[in-house]
Amino acid sequence: MRLLVPLVPDPGAILARANPVAKLGAAAALMLAPLLAVDLVTATLLLAGELAAVRFSGLRAAALARRAWPLVLVAVGIGLANGLFPAQSGGSPLVAIGPLRPSGESLWVGVGLGLRLMAISFAGVLALATTDPTDLADALGQQLGLSPRFAIGTLAAVRLAPLVAVEWQTLGLARRARGVDAGRNPVAAVRLFGGRLLAMLVGAIRRGTRLATAMEARGFGATPSRSWARPQRMRGADWGLIAGAVLLAAGASGLSLALGSWRFVFG
Amino acid sequence: MGEIRPAAVEVINWGWRHAGRRDWALRNLELRIRPGERVLLLGPSGAGKSTLLAGLAGLLDTAGGGEAEGDLRIDRIDARRARERVGIVFQDPETQLVMARAGDDVAFGLENRSVPVESIWPRVDRALADVGFRYGRDRPTAALSGGEQQRLALAGVIVLRPGLLLLDEPTANLDPDGARLVRAAIARLAAGAGATMLLVEHRIEETLDLVDRAIVLAPGGGVVADGTPADVFAAHGDRLAAAGVWVPGHPIPAPKRASHAASEVLIEARQAGFCYPGADRFALAGADLDLRAGEALAVVGPNGSGKSTLALLVGGLLRPSVGSVTPGAGIAPGRDGVSLWTWEARRLAGAIGSVFQDPEHQFLTGRVRDELELGPRRLGLGKVEAARRSTELLERLHLGHLGEANPYTLSGGEKRRLSVASVLATAPAALILDEPTFGQDRRTWVELLTLLAGLRDDGRGVVVATHDLPFAAALADRTVIVDDARVTAA
Amino acid sequence: MSLTAPEPADRWRTVDIVVAAVIAVAFGALFQAWNGVWAWTEPLFRFFWPAQALLYGVWLLPGVLAALVVRRRGAAFFGGFVAAAVSLLLGSPYGLDSLLSGAVQGAGAELVFAFALYRSWGLPAALLAGAASGIGAWLHDVPIYYPKVDIGLQLAYGAFILLSGAIVAGAGAWLLTRALAETGVLAPFASGRRQRPV
Repeated sequence: MRLLVPLVPDPGAILARANPVAKLGAAAALMLAPLLAVDLVTATLLLAGELAAVRFSGLRAAALARRAWPLVLVAVGIGLANGLFPAQSGGSPLVAIGPLRPSGESLWVGVGLGLRLMAISFAGVLALATTDPTDLADALGQQLGLSPRFAIGTLAAVRLAPLVAVEWQTLGLARRARGVDAGRNPVAAVRLFGGRLLAMLVGAIRRGTRLATAMEARGFGATPSRSWARPQRMRGADWGLIAGAVLLAAGASGLSLALGSWRFVFG
Repeated sequence: MGEIRPAAVEVINWGWRHAGRRDWALRNLELRIRPGERVLLLGPSGAGKSTLLAGLAGLLDTAGGGEAEGDLRIDRIDARRARERVGIVFQDPETQLVMARAGDDVAFGLENRSVPVESIWPRVDRALADVGFRYGRDRPTAALSGGEQQRLALAGVIVLRPGLLLLDEPTANLDPDGARLVRAAIARLAAGAGATMLLVEHRIEETLDLVDRAIVLAPGGGVVADGTPADVFAAHGDRLAAAGVWVPGHPIPAPKRASHAASEVLIEARQAGFCYPGADRFALAGADLDLRAGEALAVVGPNGSGKSTLALLVGGLLRPSVGSVTPGAGIAPGRDGVSLWTWEARRLAGAIGSVFQDPEHQFLTGRVRDELELGPRRLGLGKVEAARRSTELLERLHLGHLGEANPYTLSGGEKRRLSVASVLATAPAALILDEPTFGQDRRTWVELLTLLAGLRDDGRGVVVATHDLPFAAALADRTVIVDDARVTAA
Repeated sequence: MSLTAPEPADRWRTVDIVVAAVIAVAFGALFQAWNGVWAWTEPLFRFFWPAQALLYGVWLLPGVLAALVVRRRGAAFFGGFVAAAVSLLLGSPYGLDSLLSGAVQGAGAELVFAFALYRSWGLPAALLAGAASGIGAWLHDVPIYYPKVDIGLQLAYGAFILLSGAIVAGAGAWLLTRALAETGVLAPFASGRRQRPV
């Protein structure tokens, strides 16, 4: 099990320099459009637009692909699920065994849904891969008025994430050292997993408690307001980013509507 | 820019009982500390030192169910309302650092106090310089050594200019290099600013020049001794040493050398090395190592040098990236060449007992007795034999009264003894321990030394990976040095 | 100070925030690492969803567990949402959709605890919360993953998730909380108070 390896974008790239809230807003717009529409045209246009944005992210395509490939596999699975087991009213099926009734039409619909999933997800992947968690917490607290206690408290816990991953591995080794492994028995495997999960949580909670004490000792949460050492604000380029995303979303949906291919998700 | 105003501390008939406990941690404590004094707080484990520091920092909360008596005052104000006058540094650096970058972490406290952003960064830079931090603001905190992390934690505390600085065993979790770094930082602060300082430490020798007064606490009670360190040690040295304090002038016990020569080979490592997936350099380059029955081998080196990786490889827990680790005749007669990492877990535990640095990582059950019986049961020994072994081990390791307790609720020393006992329950021929004296007081230290020497004399092979050089010197028949992933014989 | 009087569920202390977040982080990190390992089998799961649905409960655990440990208003939502956010920060390939997922799942559990006026933290509440979390998951998954699938299968999927949610997330979280309490690590919380002094 690999340890969690962060992607490091080129700090000069446009997306890397953009305001975190702007990136979230843009990604949200690009998630909403494909969410509402299940047709192939909308999905393809949006996905194409999102992929084009990769060049502004400062991320190496290979690194991004390594992170995103599970998404592709899942999209294929979704395509198959919807394509092979469509609802009753599909076209003439090629095979019909119970719910298994794929037809030419349903398979195309499946492809569209697979692409749609990728379009829904990818913008967010790009947004988060180019955003530093500290900057994100700062931006959420300063710009969206999110409670600083919650934003920074969560950020502090996130810093412990790599430690948690290492500890999970160590716990596995420790169990082997005690002579305990699951072998073939699935019940034993579940119990072993549960025990390991418990041990991990004990360590995590104890660390969290100590961290909370140390934070309070440094004045965290004592007063309702705090100052911000790393000011975050929206600049022209950031508004431009949001506008661009909205334009892409509207444009893709509009074009699909014009072509008569747009389909609402419900119905 | 403000200067530091040293605080006066008054402890007036103070006591505290933790939630859910029957006994008071401290009671009827009377103490006065003058502004600018530097005090060393001593006492056996459980004497309430951390409790007192937490109380002075205003962190003890009766809303959680605890009970308080008497008064704690900082400059005449109740400690719970005087938190901004106090700064406290704890022993674990990982759970004190809040942010991912060094400068941001130091700025954290200033942000909490609503210091305007124009003042924040100059003060951060000043605090980093004051503790001698060697890197810039953007240094990731995860890339710092333990000692550097503790220095950063110290910077984060002093940037707020507290009048009272509390240090709760700041070097306990560090290797000798790290401890040196932190002591140097404290010395710089002590020389300059002038905050009142209250320090709790187990290894006192090196901190003597940082303090001018020593106070000894008794468990559940109050002050037992109070004076200059020299006076206190002269009057109470023996008792303190017996209670687990590393009193200067009380030497560590005599080394325990093996009485017979080592015999057959238990584990053979040939050019064994390991590289973590995704890492760009080897955690351990090819190492050659033999462990024989009846010998104690010490693997020494600083934190991060690869000792733990070597211990895991030799214990058959990691698959070597290069080279091999095979059992010798002492463990698997007639079956050589079969790598240890391919062994089934059960069989491995019956031959090699690996004890991890954090005892809690190896707790698998909810009862001490079950922990001890787990190994024998896995080996197929019956209930009766398992129970017999567990009883014997409970006695041998002074855990007798704890048979029904949950392992996580034990004290640090008890957990350590339990983790060793549970591994001994399968009667392995080889024992591998990773930092067994980590965080332990003198008493447990001596107990471990005696126990491991005894096991070695019984004919087992013992490997200890540690940065505790005195322990290695006292126990080992042979020493191997690991530095920067390379192994050399001493 | 009474050991048994219930604390008001509104006011979150620092330790409540950090520990709820840490629980979410632990699961988020686990999910993300698991995503890598399971990537090859995930599409199979998405395709043969009965198998996946049975495991689904693990994804629903952080919300219910955070609520049972911390016992604050919003803890279930917070746990589910932050676990998703953390897996996202750590590189989940599902983008903002995972946030949506986590939010809806957390909201499901939260509704149950809210309905109980934040005073019920035992096994029945846990089972219901786990099941409700599963309903939330289903409400998210069908429009996003299976909008065009045969309705009978959509409902079967829902039934499996509901069951997995109740058992794995609900009963599982309750058992974990009890085990955690026995280790003493929940001492700062009402969920960890012992009845007898040690």
